[in-house]
Amino acid sequence: MELILGAATGVIFGFLLQKAEVLRFEKQVGFLLLRDVTILKFMLSAILVGAIGIYACHDLGLIELKIKVTTLAPLVTGGVLFGVGWAIAGYCPGTSLGAIGEGRIHAIWVVLGMLTGAALYAEVYPHLSRKFMKLYDYGKITVPDITGLNHWIVIAILGGIILFMFFLFERK
Amino acid sequence: MNYLFRGKWSPYLAGALAGLLAVASVVVTTKVLSKPMYLGASTSFVRAAGLIEQKVAKKHVKNNKYFQSKKVKVDWQMMFVAGILAGALFSSLAGRSFKLELVPEIWRERFGKSPVKRAVGAFFGGVILLFGVRMAGGCPSGHGLSGMMQLSVSGVVAMVAFMVGGIVTAKIFYRRSW
Repeated sequence: MELILGAATGVIFGFLLQKAEVLRFEKQVGFLLLRDVTILKFMLSAILVGAIGIYACHDLGLIELKIKVTTLAPLVTGGVLFGVGWAIAGYCPGTSLGAIGEGRIHAIWVVLGMLTGAALYAEVYPHLSRKFMKLYDYGKITVPDITGLNHWIVIAILGGIILFMFFLFERK
Repeated sequence: MNYLFRGKWSPYLAGALAGLLAVASVVVTTKVLSKPMYLGASTSFVRAAGLIEQKVAKKHVKNNKYFQSKKVKVDWQMMFVAGILAGALFSSLAGRSFKLELVPEIWRERFGKSPVKRAVGAFFGGVILLFGVRMAGGCPSGHGLSGMMQLSVSGVVAMVAFMVGGIVTAKIFYRRSW
């Protein structure tokens, strides 16, 4: 059942990514060259709808949150490194597979590179400094935690910012 | 029904539906599997690399601390990632936007039409990005979508780091002349 649910969710997600055209190298690198905001439109829409849904369901006691730790040293270092590879490859882990699906054969090289990168990380991981991987560790924190604001106020502010950005995107 | 076969949807609509999908996934998996499944992709590449490595070096994979922590097996997320390929294939065929491509346009403008050059760049880009993403603990799906919709600080910080690294690199890498 777990595997069927995963596959079904992936098929719908891949379908939506393809319809929004965000799987394309031109959209991803175009965004990083600050020429195209299609990816932002897609991501910010998903984040806003998702935030409202997740916190509504959480308030109703239907689901639990799964917050990732904020450990600034590896998060920022790894994050910037990801950005470097993202710009060169033109795809992120999720979109690379979708790109192959819509015929962009060169994304296969990205997938092979990612598998190699994963194997490489597994080899390097035991030798990474424990101290570095725990440097500036703040645990599983959320924006409501650190600001002391109710989550619905944070979502309202986030929504305001996102809708304002959409207004700017559509104005030109 | 016609809408299904249209080549392109508004990214606002597709994004909003992806947000609903993310919420539905968490609710359904909590009910059915008793564990919430938030969308994410990059850990699957670790598990897949482990599954492949196991074929030649079983003991090595078994003793590796990182593989141990991620449990090398086919799971929900790996099927999710595989499903993305199938969904995109179906959508692109239905919408007639499927296109075989060896070298993308922006790349061709800067580095020429050699598929070999593109293959080398794509491969090493993939190596770097996955190494970085595992150090950061998540990708634009796990940190970006799932993290930010839970209002987590790690999601926000990760997205800023992704964009800073990506924008600076893209601006230098795709510049017409160095």
